[in-house]
Amino acid sequence: MSKSLGASPIYISGAAETPLGKVTDQSELSMVALAAKEALGEAGLRVKDVDAVFTNYMGEEGSVQVGEYMGIHPRYAESSDMGGASFEFFIHHAMLAIAAGRCEVALVGYASRQRSRRNRKRAIAPTDGTLAAQFEAPFGIHFPIGHYALSAARHMYEHGTTLEHLAHVAVTARKWAQLNPKAWSREPLTLDDAMASPMLCDPLRKVDCCLVTDGGGVVIVTSKERARDARKRPVRVLGAGESHCQWHVAQCPDLTVTPGVVSGREAFGMAGVTPADVDVLEPYDNFTHAVLLYLEDLGFCKKGEAGDFIAEGRLAPGGSLPALTSGGGLSYNHPGALGILLLIEAVRQLRHEAGARQVEDAEIAVAHGTGGLAFSTASTVVLARE
Amino acid sequence: MSKLAQPNLSDQGIADPTTEPFWQACLERRLMIQKCASCGHHQFYPRPFCLSCEAATLDWIEARGTGTIYSLTTVRLPVTEELPPPYLVALVDLDEGPRLLTSIDAQKASIGDTVRVAWRERPGLPPLPVFRLV
Repeated sequence: MSKSLGASPIYISGAAETPLGKVTDQSELSMVALAAKEALGEAGLRVKDVDAVFTNYMGEEGSVQVGEYMGIHPRYAESSDMGGASFEFFIHHAMLAIAAGRCEVALVGYASRQRSRRNRKRAIAPTDGTLAAQFEAPFGIHFPIGHYALSAARHMYEHGTTLEHLAHVAVTARKWAQLNPKAWSREPLTLDDAMASPMLCDPLRKVDCCLVTDGGGVVIVTSKERARDARKRPVRVLGAGESHCQWHVAQCPDLTVTPGVVSGREAFGMAGVTPADVDVLEPYDNFTHAVLLYLEDLGFCKKGEAGDFIAEGRLAPGGSLPALTSGGGLSYNHPGALGILLLIEAVRQLRHEAGARQVEDAEIAVAHGTGGLAFSTASTVVLARE
Repeated sequence: MSKLAQPNLSDQGIADPTTEPFWQACLERRLMIQKCASCGHHQFYPRPFCLSCEAATLDWIEARGTGTIYSLTTVRLPVTEELPPPYLVALVDLDEGPRLLTSIDAQKASIGDTVRVAWRERPGLPPLPVFRLV
């Protein structure tokens, strides 16, 4: 089925969240270690079987710190910073490394306590001599809501997208979160509630912005041979793709289009499937309008049509394209880098172990990550139940 | 370029060595961008080669200072002590082509509005190029 790697299929054989929400009895490193034990337990593997480490946001030389903490001396390692989508990038890189025989059991992990620590930044340091300090910080752009607001405003201007369209994304995420006992925000949210939410950076309101919570997770990527050790059903990685565009928002040629156009094309191409084949979608909902842009850029609908597509209820429980099934970054958890949790939810959906929020007969799932400022990065992973 | 009005803005963390001419010109309230002598492409921020034709023949020129709002937000959250909200942050497409992140000195503005550069005084720092509606 997979075009490029057909001879050496790659699997996710373990997936586990760290403690979530507000975590006051663990460190970031111990959270990753706990999730690693759980994920490796699902995979039927031990820490000493891990020969590749992929992490981001775990401090300077993050994979070294995570490796040391768990006693792993890998033969393949990566601490690339691709923002919150890093973990989808890592699936891509791990599958290639495993297929090339450079490693066999890859641990992809991350944890943050940004809610407990209150260390989420909102401004760019104005005097460090970087281009952002020179050409963004002096104007008081909020980091990152301001950058994403400029994208949302332009999408509205070009395509007639409305505040109601954005509100529908928040309401959809909440409907799913109400089915997820681990979700942070589970109280009912109506369209009227969402529309009454206070404006932060026009057109983005509080309800359009993701949570700030503690959390993280680990997934184990491995070869078909090692996936046979798994105690739960392994999920096949059919395809993956990646791209990036601007770092400084003024350098983006078109703020209504994301590098998901490229990552989606690459991932679907490798997987040999199309958006019409997707049973469940886990899009990186750092902001509500993000979901509109991905639907368009990944090919689920035409440019400018995503607002109505969502308003029709297609992403909601019972819809034709169930998406945000955990409740997403908007209502379930957003530990600063959501990408790892998108993968975990996709795996659970394909194992048919998602409980009340299970998408019936889910066979193909897509996790689509973004990172940076106004969609700097994109990575798409296509997964399949076998 | 005129001679340096104040040396070493890059040493103070205000500029970097490649943007020094831009910020020096701001001291004289002139908005400078790069123009490729080979293909005529304009670009900003400055690079050592043209992003269009890859030639290294780039000159600093003074922009006309007029443009169009590409996108816009009203910041309603406090970000820095110097800027009490609400205020407008925008992307402005200069008539020459480059897009700048900037502020609009107005209560209200819209995408598509035409604007002209203005200069916001800052204590101890070069004047900042912001824009006003025309």
